[in-house]
Amino acid sequence: MMSQYLTCFKSALLIGLATFATYSSAVEYSVIDTAKSKITFSSKLMGSNLKGDFAKFNGKVSFNPDEPEKAKANLVVEIASFNAGGEELQDEAKGKDWFNTKNFPSANFVSDSVKNVGNGKLEIRGNLTLKGKSAPIVMVASYQAEGKQMVFDGGFQLLRLDFGLGAGNWADTSAVANEVPVKVHLVLNQK
Amino acid sequence: MANSRYTSVAILLHWVMAALILVTWSIAIVVGDMPLSPIRITGFSWHKWLGVTVFFLVVVRLLWRATHPAPKLDVAMPAWQEKIMELTHVALYLLMVVIPLVGWVMSSAKGYTVNYFGLFDLPDLVDKDKALGHLLKEVHEWLANGLMVLVGLHVLAALKHQFIDKDGLLSRMSPCGRKKDKGV
Repeated sequence: MMSQYLTCFKSALLIGLATFATYSSAVEYSVIDTAKSKITFSSKLMGSNLKGDFAKFNGKVSFNPDEPEKAKANLVVEIASFNAGGEELQDEAKGKDWFNTKNFPSANFVSDSVKNVGNGKLEIRGNLTLKGKSAPIVMVASYQAEGKQMVFDGGFQLLRLDFGLGAGNWADTSAVANEVPVKVHLVLNQK
Repeated sequence: MANSRYTSVAILLHWVMAALILVTWSIAIVVGDMPLSPIRITGFSWHKWLGVTVFFLVVVRLLWRATHPAPKLDVAMPAWQEKIMELTHVALYLLMVVIPLVGWVMSSAKGYTVNYFGLFDLPDLVDKDKALGHLLKEVHEWLANGLMVLVGLHVLAALKHQFIDKDGLLSRMSPCGRKKDKGV
């Protein structure tokens, strides 16, 4: 009987504490809304814009608007979900000279440090591993609460040759530019 | 005698476009069967740039033609030949307009934005659609080959007039000849 009350009391206390915690330190956003989030890029073929995206990605994120510098991100992108241009381009992109999805099915971004540059903007430094090569990247992202969600819009410039994307003839940057602007649109739900 | 030549603007447009169309078509023939590669991308970029140029020029040409009628035909030929000539000319104009347009829509459907010499992008006319892309590729090729057949007919007819009939018809469109003011 006594222990039953105790359990009940404990639960009430826990709920109370949890509620208190939620109200005192602001909410934490840590669940990626994959349906609304997007990773897009655009390449230039002979000066012509080729827009594309990776439809499948997921990962772990934690963000508290009160302490943005403590934010963490670990994103995993399924490379085979590459989508740009026509069929033959899709196939080529997955092949050996480009992403080689057979041996390197995913890309990974892990944040290192986050600097709050004010005005709802962050400078996120981290490491991108793609096709077995790692390189540091800096992403500038803005964040904004929209309803119960937190929306991030960030971008960085990827140099495809840094990651061995486009081997052989494809190294020719006059046909396919080295610079690939990547945009990350991340929508997070509260825990 | 009334002037029996096309205006110099018309003549210039005719020959520049003839050269551009030939080059544009040849590029497609050369790179069309290549696997995706930088050469193929470069080739098709030029193909599209020149194709867009042809489209632009044919619009100018049609406007010019509408305001500057063709010189009166002062060469006697059977009525059926004249009819065929007119039909061929109409078909040539039509194809010069339609083929680039189909190519543009086809490129959009295949998921490739057409640009102009890397300077600016043309708007995508339709959303990416695999089946439509395949269909339009067939149509584009079929029409382009049809155009080349008509061009062949057009050239053969011109040569027949020049060397068999010797009626000086070619001077109407000759960039250098004004000699044929026919006093016969």
